[in-house]
Amino acid sequence: MSTAMPAQISLADVDVSFGSKTVLSGLNFEVFKGEVISIVGASGCGKTTSLRLLAGLLAPSGGSVSFEGKPVRGPRRETAIVFQDYGKALLPWRTAEGNVSLALEVMGVPGPERRSRISELLALTGLAGHHDKYPAQMSGGMQQRLQIARALAQDPAVLLMDEPFGALDAMTRQSLQDELLDLSARTGVTIYFVTHDLEEAIYLSDRIIGLLPNPGRIGRIFDVPLPRPRDQLITKEDRSFLALRHELYDFVKGSEH
Amino acid sequence: MSARKPDFRPFAVPLGLVLLWEALMLAFPTASETLAPPHAVILGFFGIVTDGTLALQTAQTLSSALGGLAIGFTLGSLLGAAFGLWRWFDRAMQISVESVRLIPSVALIPLSMMVFGFGTRMEITIVAFTTQWPAMVLARAAVREVEPRLMEVATVLQMSLLQSATKIVLPSILPRLFVSLRLTAGVAMIVAITVEVAANPYGLGAAILAAQISFRPEVMLATLIWTGVVGAGINQVLLTTQNRLFRHSLPGGGGSE
Ligand SMILES: Nc1ncnc2c1ncn2[C@@H]1O[C@H](COP(=O)(O)OP(=O)(O)OP(=O)(O)O)[C@@H](O)[C@H]1O
Ligand SMILES: [Mg+2]
Repeated sequence: MSTAMPAQISLADVDVSFGSKTVLSGLNFEVFKGEVISIVGASGCGKTTSLRLLAGLLAPSGGSVSFEGKPVRGPRRETAIVFQDYGKALLPWRTAEGNVSLALEVMGVPGPERRSRISELLALTGLAGHHDKYPAQMSGGMQQRLQIARALAQDPAVLLMDEPFGALDAMTRQSLQDELLDLSARTGVTIYFVTHDLEEAIYLSDRIIGLLPNPGRIGRIFDVPLPRPRDQLITKEDRSFLALRHELYDFVKGSEH
Repeated sequence: MSARKPDFRPFAVPLGLVLLWEALMLAFPTASETLAPPHAVILGFFGIVTDGTLALQTAQTLSSALGGLAIGFTLGSLLGAAFGLWRWFDRAMQISVESVRLIPSVALIPLSMMVFGFGTRMEITIVAFTTQWPAMVLARAAVREVEPRLMEVATVLQMSLLQSATKIVLPSILPRLFVSLRLTAGVAMIVAITVEVAANPYGLGAAILAAQISFRPEVMLATLIWTGVVGAGINQVLLTTQNRLFRHSLPGGGGSE
């Protein structure tokens, strides 16, 4: 990313504490428009907290978070979230169609257009033919895809995703990774992606933030020099992919002590 | 479910007891003022069915119980929802509510009788007074236990207050409000009968008392059993409706296939 471009999201000296516990400390980074940025780190090091900060669901205890130059005061519709606990984030009394419709209703999309958008989004997330299923009738993977469909219905400028593919089988996971890259290339949506899976982080990202725990802070920011479009086989056999995987592995391993 | 043969096993014990009761009464004949053999109770039942008194008394009790329930449940649920939404309101009202709530409903009979005299209105008032408390407590809990993740979905979508009330809060609490309705319906029947036995010369409760005073144990027992059947019937109707309406949103409600 060129440094001449102004950042879309920037964090300056951000601290987050809950009571006396400091969860995130001295975060400084910028996210650029259209970028895919992943965040990795040990469990409990504050990845979800950082995402909530960017979403405006959480105010920093110190420092500032800004979106397009203006301080973030609360959630905005152009920022969509795919929550980690998909089971709680869907409306159990609405069908797949109804859950996607929720975002469109709130945005005031008129009925007929809503229907075609819903079909489009459900097809995009591989849920075509499951319009009338309730979340309780869907597998974890399907529920997560439904959450993604609803997030995309917001037509977001920034997509915040919290371990979105953690519950999926390898095949579904790979195809959704490719769908996501395709989406990012087509729409230019910025993606902030929390994951435990280092290969996934490398495969998707332009940059990877490595968090250190206790308190959560930035250990290193890794650049991903791999060309786009990426390919599940070719990219993952690239020498720089393997080298980066090694580096990231050492980083996360080292941070656990 | 419906294809299965009905299971008669639960009826074996009560039926056995009834037969034992009949046998004992035949073996040791007594001119009891409180006990009658089952065959006499059945005859007594046909008596009050054919002369129309049972239908009239049932209508009287039901109109008071259901009328009072309608008022008490509505008021209590609204109050409880307000308490759940606004904690300051809950705190401000706590002492007043707790002190009034502890008045036993039966203690209100004289007051209510002074205001309304005998009849439907005094009974409705006491039923309404009594049912509003459990309705209030359950509605408050229901509102407080709306999934916080769903409230975040509402904020992220920047829903208006009205939108989050109608699209998130209300559908979330409806299943629990229905459970509350079922519970308070039981309370309403108990209170209505209590008021009738204690004071109001009216309805099934008064009929039970009158039969006892006039030494007609078979009528007393027939009315008593009928009262139980009516209560169980109301519960069953509500339970069936609940399972039909909230299949997808109540845990264990049969949402998954
Ligand atoms: N609302 C809160 N109140 C108090 N502590 C909190 C709160 N939210 C998070 N924490 C704490 O902050 C720390 C970071 O939590 P967070 O959920 O951000 O971690 P994470 O990196 O997403 O972990 P995981 O990989 O397990 O999802 C944890 O120790 C957690 O207990
Ligand atoms: Mg997390």
